[in-house]
Amino acid sequence: MPFPGVEVPHLCAQCDDYPCVKSCPVEALSIDQTTTAVIVNKEKCISCGKCITACPGQVPFLHPKDNKAVICDFCGGDPECVKVCVEAGYDALTLVHEEQSVNRKLFARNPIEVAKDLAVNLFGEKGEKVI
Amino acid sequence: MPRGYAGKFLEVDLTKEEARDITFSDSVLEAYFGGRGLAAKILWDRIGEKWPEVDPLGPNNIFLALTGPMTAIYPGARICCSGKSPLSNGTVGSTASTEFASELKMAGYDGVIVTGKASNPIYILVTDEGGEIRSAGHIWGKLGEDTIRILNREVTEELTKRRPNIGLWREPGIIYIGPAGENLVRTAAVMTKICHAAGYGGYGAVMGSKNLKAIAAKGRGKIPEVDAPEAVKLLWKEVHRHLIEESDFRRMGTGYAGYMVGADTSSEPIRNWQEEWHDEKRYGGPLFETRYWVKKYWADFNCTTSCMKISCIKSGRWKGDITDMPDYELEAYCGTNLGIFDPGDNIHISAVIDNLGHSGINGPNTMGFAAELYQRGVLTKEDFGFELKWGDAEAFEKLAWLIAKRERIGDILAEGTFRAAVKISEMKGVDVMPYAVHVKGIEIGAHGTRSDADYTHDISYAASVQGGDHTSVAVDGYTEMSSAVFTDSAVICNFCFFWVPRSLVFDFAKAVTGFPITMERWRKEHGPRIVTLQRALLLMGGPDIEWRPIEDDDNPPRFYEPLPSGPHKGKTTDRELVEKKRSTYFETLGWDERGVPTKETLQKLGLADLDRAIRNLRK
Repeated sequence: MPFPGVEVPHLCAQCDDYPCVKSCPVEALSIDQTTTAVIVNKEKCISCGKCITACPGQVPFLHPKDNKAVICDFCGGDPECVKVCVEAGYDALTLVHEEQSVNRKLFARNPIEVAKDLAVNLFGEKGEKVI
Repeated sequence: MPRGYAGKFLEVDLTKEEARDITFSDSVLEAYFGGRGLAAKILWDRIGEKWPEVDPLGPNNIFLALTGPMTAIYPGARICCSGKSPLSNGTVGSTASTEFASELKMAGYDGVIVTGKASNPIYILVTDEGGEIRSAGHIWGKLGEDTIRILNREVTEELTKRRPNIGLWREPGIIYIGPAGENLVRTAAVMTKICHAAGYGGYGAVMGSKNLKAIAAKGRGKIPEVDAPEAVKLLWKEVHRHLIEESDFRRMGTGYAGYMVGADTSSEPIRNWQEEWHDEKRYGGPLFETRYWVKKYWADFNCTTSCMKISCIKSGRWKGDITDMPDYELEAYCGTNLGIFDPGDNIHISAVIDNLGHSGINGPNTMGFAAELYQRGVLTKEDFGFELKWGDAEAFEKLAWLIAKRERIGDILAEGTFRAAVKISEMKGVDVMPYAVHVKGIEIGAHGTRSDADYTHDISYAASVQGGDHTSVAVDGYTEMSSAVFTDSAVICNFCFFWVPRSLVFDFAKAVTGFPITMERWRKEHGPRIVTLQRALLLMGGPDIEWRPIEDDDNPPRFYEPLPSGPHKGKTTDRELVEKKRSTYFETLGWDERGVPTKETLQKLGLADLDRAIRNLRK
């Protein structure tokens, strides 16, 4: 919410080419063969932040408590965020199974950039000025 | 420290430029909870018998922004602003929905206590590392939208600089004031999120008087632990279930009421309350929704109800205006009360009011008062510099600016409706008090009492310790203690509360804090303790105003005029009923026949130290 009303969900887009995994200097990140999600090995993580800058959407972050990288691991294939959203009656999140696609990577964007577009969508010309 | 609380409060002395952490004892927190209750306690403890000497807009007043133990845990997080009110000279617990509250708790603070006065404009930044005072020279004088944009960017950049490799930060929560607060307009609000406001009480002016432009908070910690986590989980789900089922309210918010309250219950202010009925279908909710709502289901942190909607005008002469719905209060006060019945004009005035940092109820109440004086020829074009005709949005925009900048007649109107009425009566030699719609200096919310068909009745405002505040009305001295007095002290949103069975809410409060809380205790102990303390401070008043018991515990003259139109034509507030119910109200709360708390009541409620200060008020 760089400006009120322009709230941007900021979630892992599950890129097919794994720039975060490639960027890790200590091989702390790996790919779960079943879910295709990224798994962080906290023992190996050195908190360098390289996976964050490598991500086109800067989605990973270092956890405030242990300072280790946090990347969506799909909760082992049954994401809690989807379950709770459905249970709460919002139905904003759904689990979809997709084939590989270059489009998917385009969803990984810096939230400020997304907010700029959303602001124009919501507020018209005024939106150009508010972010 | 009991559960539900982050564990400490931030105290900032602006004169000494010092910030430090403080705590309160468990027994004080149990007795006063947080927000409105704790604010009154802090103010009394610190100011004490000097209360009547303290100028609300002087350096000896204290500005408080407090959460409560349920804030950010129960759905609908709010911040409660308080201090000695520059309008009522008592205290008001004035709340606004904002992520500032949840960020504050996640930074490890339950509230911010600001004393003294800064020598230059500043803002306070609260993070996990503590509080710091930063220069606000570059944002002083800026409108709301610009203040948010600049502060958001600045704070985010600063925090990123401090911790460069941890990833992106979500933006800070911010409360701030607009030009109205800076220029000590007594009706100025503490603003947040462009269009959310802690409006009643005039605390924007208190911030302004301290040269405090804003407080920003960003926490990376957790929401505080609760006493019974498993119970809270279950209760949260149950509360959520009740709220999510309110599909009509979730869809419309109060944004459909601008037509309904006038047409249905005849209790909507029209042209400074000269009427309360209209049947202007062009002012209906669906017209706002279809043409202007660009975002529906807009919520603050952890809010199920999500009743806010964002309006934006994308074309025409008011292009670029952004505000929330407007909600019912602003549809009334920035609309019908100014003779405006066009949704676009209403959104424009609301956006102007928000940007200037006026309270959307109190500020336009004074504007409507001024327009009636123009209608009656008491004020003229020479006073304003322009004609002020009902329904002329352009003229009312100019007036909002005049008041915010304290120019021409705006300088007098900036004192709020009651004080302006006193001054204009002297200045023009005409008694204009009959047109001032306020109770104890606080302009009345947009729900009239004359038709008796709305939720507001006879003593709703007359007996309330928060005067014209429509969010916390007096009922019987008993039942309301477990509603607004409670929600303002737990600091949760009323719109996440009304539809939930009370027993569930009080179980929630108990499960969060571990205090032996029940609804009955709030009605008999906690509520009366808070309200009795507020009543004492209100009666002590000063230095410029002292309210007269009984005489000022009454509705404004307008509320006794018969309604001139509509299905309730001829009806008016029943004066005998007011007197009768007011007596009962005082009796229920253990106050004497003039509404001064008795010595026995003070002792019973643990307020014995108040007795010396109010003894001389008893006859």
